[in-house]
Amino acid sequence: MALKAQDFKTDAHNDWCPGCGDFGILNAIQQALAEMQLSPEQVLLFSGVGCFAKTPHFVNTYGCHTMHGRSLPFAVGAKLANPNLTVISLGGDGDGYGIGAGHFLNTGRRNLDMLYLVFDNGVYGLTKGQASPTLKRDIQTKSLPTPNINDAINPLAVALAAGYTFIARGYAYDGKGLRGLIQAGINHRGLALLDVLQPCPTYNTINTKEWFEGLEMDEETGIKKAANPRLYRLEETGYDPVVHDPNNSQEIAQKMLQAFQKSQEWGEKIPVGVFYQITLPTYEDRLKERVPALKQYTAATMPIYDRESGTPAVDITKALSELRVC
Amino acid sequence: MIGGWQGSGVDSSANTFARACAAGGLFVFGKREYHSNIKGDHSYFQIRVSEEEIHSHIDEVHLLATFDKETMEVHKQEVVKGGGILYDPSLFKPEEIGRPDCLLIPIAYSEIIQATAKEFHREKDIMKLQIMKNVISVAVSLGLVGLDFDLLKTTLEEIFKGRRAALAPMNVWAARKAYDYAVKDYQSEYPHRLKRRSIPASERRIMMNGTTATALGKVVGGCRFQTYYPITPASDESEYLESHPEFGVVVIQSEDEIAAITMAIGAAVTGARASTSTSGPGFSLMAEGLGWAGMNEVPVVVFNYQRAGPSTGLPTRHEQGDLKFALSASHGEFPRLVLAPGDLEEYFYDAIDAFNYAERYQTPVIVLCDKALANSTETIPWYDLDGVHIDRGLLLSDEELAVLISSEGTYKRFKFTESGISPRSVPGQRGGIFWKTGDEHNEVGHITEDPENRTKMMIKRMKKLDVAAREIPIEKKVNFIGDRDADITLVSWGSTKGAILDAMEVLKAEGIRANFLQVHLILPFPTEFVAQVLSRARRRVNVEMNYSGQLAQVIREKTGIPMDASILKWNGRAISQNEVVEGVKRVLKEQESKVVLTHGT
Repeated sequence: MALKAQDFKTDAHNDWCPGCGDFGILNAIQQALAEMQLSPEQVLLFSGVGCFAKTPHFVNTYGCHTMHGRSLPFAVGAKLANPNLTVISLGGDGDGYGIGAGHFLNTGRRNLDMLYLVFDNGVYGLTKGQASPTLKRDIQTKSLPTPNINDAINPLAVALAAGYTFIARGYAYDGKGLRGLIQAGINHRGLALLDVLQPCPTYNTINTKEWFEGLEMDEETGIKKAANPRLYRLEETGYDPVVHDPNNSQEIAQKMLQAFQKSQEWGEKIPVGVFYQITLPTYEDRLKERVPALKQYTAATMPIYDRESGTPAVDITKALSELRVC
Repeated sequence: MIGGWQGSGVDSSANTFARACAAGGLFVFGKREYHSNIKGDHSYFQIRVSEEEIHSHIDEVHLLATFDKETMEVHKQEVVKGGGILYDPSLFKPEEIGRPDCLLIPIAYSEIIQATAKEFHREKDIMKLQIMKNVISVAVSLGLVGLDFDLLKTTLEEIFKGRRAALAPMNVWAARKAYDYAVKDYQSEYPHRLKRRSIPASERRIMMNGTTATALGKVVGGCRFQTYYPITPASDESEYLESHPEFGVVVIQSEDEIAAITMAIGAAVTGARASTSTSGPGFSLMAEGLGWAGMNEVPVVVFNYQRAGPSTGLPTRHEQGDLKFALSASHGEFPRLVLAPGDLEEYFYDAIDAFNYAERYQTPVIVLCDKALANSTETIPWYDLDGVHIDRGLLLSDEELAVLISSEGTYKRFKFTESGISPRSVPGQRGGIFWKTGDEHNEVGHITEDPENRTKMMIKRMKKLDVAAREIPIEKKVNFIGDRDADITLVSWGSTKGAILDAMEVLKAEGIRANFLQVHLILPFPTEFVAQVLSRARRRVNVEMNYSGQLAQVIREKTGIPMDASILKWNGRAISQNEVVEGVKRVLKEQESKVVLTHGT
């Protein structure tokens, strides 16, 4: 029987604010998984800490709501221990680019076959609206006593430099587009970053749904219309993010340059879609080359003992012989 | 004792000497001391060899091998009267050494190396061949104590094999020359001898250090996922595992220790037996992760090789300063087991037990190792795997999970049970979906702040510790060694064990009867047994490598029984057999209540 989005929902109580961008992303995740017909039992979600981090509780798959900033290393451990699972790591902009920034960079060095999806709303919502690493300088959201004194980081440019092999940006309320990006990120054989812009209706009073979508009220009808949307889709502009020949260093340099340039666009026009993609050997591939048993097993499923007798499966006689002195 | 600047081959010459002695059936204990530096600073290796079983080092040096000035200056006063000192005559005149009471043995290292180079037509490599000073000093040493050259020859041929096989004849040739020189000119004047021990056919002995012992224990114990961030002295363990891919262990060098523990937890969630190894500073960073694993009942195993703290402390030196931290690291309350192995056999078997406990009680297990044993080389009996078994606790097979679901309807990862332990599924299993969260949660794992649930969940988690205390046999918790009716009861934990056992023999010969209570499992604490032993003890003395007597504090907290005196040491150097003897005498004869030991260079 075909799986539906409903099959990926749970009855856990959802306490997000009305209008929160998290809802759009949650729906897109559930729909994307259903459309891909992934068995819920084969999917393992990890999240850090923040409003967004409750997401795994609302998705009917295996889920771990971990520590602030640590979604990635938890997910890396799980994925490397059992690469047969579809592992998705969820982060927040404060969680993933602030306290967890070291993992954001270093996971880029590993090219695991995994999607890292970051809920990016520019504020620390759960602690009442402090500036996050993606809030632009001089912006003063509702709960900031003074305008933001820090510059913002550009997660897409950082991911490019760190070695992510799929880099994309989505928007929380672009259901169809976001679904497609999630699926592309999961299908990408390698490490994918999907940064998802989302309004925080409670604390980010600047980058609102109206701001992103250019919504203006029609005075006569009272209906909001997208008069001048800031967001536009890269694929509609003929932009080609893909490195077609991963052995061609010139093509790589050109595609990286193009992605970097696109990542700098902000303000009146903001691109969404895939910025960069290259297919390279994964960390799992490299591990298999080193540890012969991984060609047949995973660390999680390797037989370690005889279930009946409890006898350990491994024989260390040879290693002990090397240490034997008499 | 052999010394030299770091990177000059001190370790390899000490190992060569130790292996040659061990091949002759002798018992060996080696202690390695080095600076936090890559090249240039002074380091030394002390090898104790005996025809009887030994487990520790002693303060006296009977033979000192030097090839630089610093080793001579730092260590010459440690040599006993009548002991031997090997020196390079191009660096010293004998009278400059200032030890006319010792046998001074000049070794013309350069001459022997030049002769070797000539013999093997390697004159152009003369600089590279300087490293042979090591083998020369080893050969002279073996000649002096009267051990057969064959032992060294075989050892060198074992060391120089494979890609390095071409180097064997040259080293053997140089060694022979040096050995003959020592035997001919000096052996008769040197008073100390070692005799080969005949080895019973049934006896098999191995020689290794602490990090190799734990690594092998992990392999047997089913660890298939190990993470680490480089740190002294723990990294050696991970590097051993990484260099033996045939065991199937996935070894990941993480970006920091927070990642090291969280990756290990992520792996453990999927059902892999997972572990991380670190030292003090790294263990501090792991605190939050430990709490998450405790909250979510994840079996993760953490090895902390203690070294002198706080902060960076003495990064290459020894201390047992992390006990109380390990007992309470991370905020809030959750169950954990803390093991403190005291010798290289316990390092191995505890590694296996640690994973069994972690899975049986579904909670983090901390194993407190230390620098002293991590870097000690010892001959021990071949590891017997007969009684070893793997216990995965309530980890469900697919069939068991299906049966459970058919009888109970839905699967609940944190189901309330009598023991507090709930059947455990892993991702990928049909019907086993769970949620884990650092927040307090209900039986399926969803967040709840309900006060009644909170009360029950805390009880559920914490009572697993009571179950562990009941189930784990007493012989895994404590060792009580020696005469029950002793003059003095030494109480300790961890690597002091060797020095205490050896000192007890010395004390016995001097008419002082000591017994030894080793607390091996520190959490859950074996309260009843410890209280029973201590309440009958004539004189209770804790021996610890820290400032404040941390075990004594724990014992007082758990049993109400105070120590009569303490023998403590925190100068970064491991405790010697002599120091334990000295400490006991100062307590018994001088009535000192706090003995602070300071030996070691």
